Amino acid sequence: MPSQPTAPLDLFAIDGLLDAEERAIRDRVRLFCDESVRPYVAEWYESAQPPVQELAVALGQLGVLGMHLKGYGCAGTNAVTYGLACMELEAADSGIRSLVSVQGSLAMYAIWRFGSQTQKEQWLPAMARGEAIGCFGLTEPDFGSDPAGMRTGAKRDGDDWVLNGTKMWITNGSVAQVAVVWAQTEDGVRGFVVPTGTPGFSAPEIGRKLSLRASVTSELVMDDVRLPGDAMLPEANGLSGPLLCLTEARFGIVFGSIGAARDCLEATIAYAAERNVFDKPLSGYQLTQRKLADMSLELGKGMLLALHLGRLKDAGKLRPEQISVGKLNNVREALSIARECRTILGAGGVTLDYPVMRHANNLESVLTYEGTSEVHTLVIGQALTGLSAFR
Amino acid sequence: MNIVVCVKHVPDATANRTFRASDNTVDRAGVDGLLSELDEYAVEEALKIAEAGDGEVTVLTMGPEPATDAIRKSLQMGAHKGVHVSDDAIHGSDAIATSLVLAAALKRLEYDLVLCGMASTDGVMGLVPAMLAERLGIPALTYAVEVSIDGDRVTVRRDSDTAVETVVAPLPAVVSVTDQINEPRYPSFKGIMAAKKKPVETWTLADLDVDASQVGLDAAGTAVTSYQARPPRSSGTVISDEGDGGVQLVDFLAAQKFV
Repeated sequence: MPSQPTAPLDLFAIDGLLDAEERAIRDRVRLFCDESVRPYVAEWYESAQPPVQELAVALGQLGVLGMHLKGYGCAGTNAVTYGLACMELEAADSGIRSLVSVQGSLAMYAIWRFGSQTQKEQWLPAMARGEAIGCFGLTEPDFGSDPAGMRTGAKRDGDDWVLNGTKMWITNGSVAQVAVVWAQTEDGVRGFVVPTGTPGFSAPEIGRKLSLRASVTSELVMDDVRLPGDAMLPEANGLSGPLLCLTEARFGIVFGSIGAARDCLEATIAYAAERNVFDKPLSGYQLTQRKLADMSLELGKGMLLALHLGRLKDAGKLRPEQISVGKLNNVREALSIARECRTILGAGGVTLDYPVMRHANNLESVLTYEGTSEVHTLVIGQALTGLSAFR
Repeated sequence: MNIVVCVKHVPDATANRTFRASDNTVDRAGVDGLLSELDEYAVEEALKIAEAGDGEVTVLTMGPEPATDAIRKSLQMGAHKGVHVSDDAIHGSDAIATSLVLAAALKRLEYDLVLCGMASTDGVMGLVPAMLAERLGIPALTYAVEVSIDGDRVTVRRDSDTAVETVVAPLPAVVSVTDQINEPRYPSFKGIMAAKKKPVETWTLADLDVDASQVGLDAAGTAVTSYQARPPRSSGTVISDEGDGGVQLVDFLAAQKFV
């Protein structure tokens, strides 16, 4: 008689590392994904038409939008709990986690951390409810890992600001009500809160994506966008502002990528148990078991790393290069797990009947956004050697 | 208005539940426990009543230390405070002893309304609400599918196979509710966060002036003498339709009381 199978993360007794509150919120997000995302996500992915507005409102009711922020209608959870929520969301689809990351860790965080009281009160409660969707414009067509070169500029005209330029690869851009846009000014890079209905602002959607298809990605085009003098984020001075926001979002990815990998592995283990090859289940073969064992080791190590970094963050001790360690390792391993799972699923693995190819394709974007794997490698290299090798 | 909800921590029905070989009581060690699902309806109804007026909801449970999880879940849903009666002597108590302990605890609390689920999902006796009311000397309104409060009166609707009853009683009263009464809410993130800071008191039998000899397995009026697992599900009945398939289906459903 075969014994009762153990879930990969249960090998690592992860639940025992979480308190009751952390488990309760994680379970609540998982239930939400089971009810409101998983049954539909393959269709959203195939059509590349996720119902973002409806999803945002549902996610707002759930409470995940800006959940780690305090005040303004946000729950104010610790970082570990936010990470666990990202993990559950990304186990459903990286695109859904991206929506939440951009809303909470980029757009809301920028306003919460650097905004004026008026800006916070105007935007944060509506964004927490998902009634206003935010996007975050830093990357440009010619400037990704080197944002300091950005060409988008903001010029004073009397009391007003006038913005011109183009941003690229902006999650939620076409569906946003508000954009946080970073631009060069006379005194360095500054952030601006731009209502997307402002004349001169447009956000054409980027099509032909083979990744993150259950997420909206756009260009932001600003053609003489005139903003009042108080549209600037007063507390963000220089590139450190947007980079701090990105560090926040990366933290969610450290957990989220593990969610995608877990989902691949669970789907694969279930498939291998049901699928008979010759005269016994595929999971009974040594080659399959070796793959499953190796993947579970990387999954569990990545989970432990994520939790460790989360505890450091909650203690206020997490350094940026440690986030690079987490993002580089966990996304890389998640992508590798997704691809290996595909080999066990055989031909069916390339379809949307299983989640693995969808996760694998999504993780290609996750590997690159919020700091490419190359940049994170160099951040770690610099930490180890004291020498910068970026240029 | 003070509402006390009596809740029970039960073994997860989706897990492999069993009895302890030593004394034939429920084995709580090997299985995760949770707030009895039927009690979630009582908590939800209490919250709705409290939110409609100016009410405070207290959750009362008795059981070993992990039973506090049932209180926590209720607090996460929105209840204001909890009372946990925990005492080794309670182990093995039957419905009579349970109602004795809960009534003693209620006498130390202020209440206008006591809400219960219609039964626990483990013992499934459904006796405690009526016993509790009897011990407290107040009306019992059981199996409510609708509850409304009007001043110092409570009105409930009860649905049976043949009749719909409207029952009215003065407060305070004990009301048990069915799973038809509402849709229990999920705890919100803020609710989960706030629950940590809500007060939970733990009382022993001595705090309640209850003599340990009146409760527990030895005092129980009933005993489990033997048990066996239900036989595996049989393969079912296949009805081949030879013109009367529909009638046969309806007869089958009626025999099972589904229609």
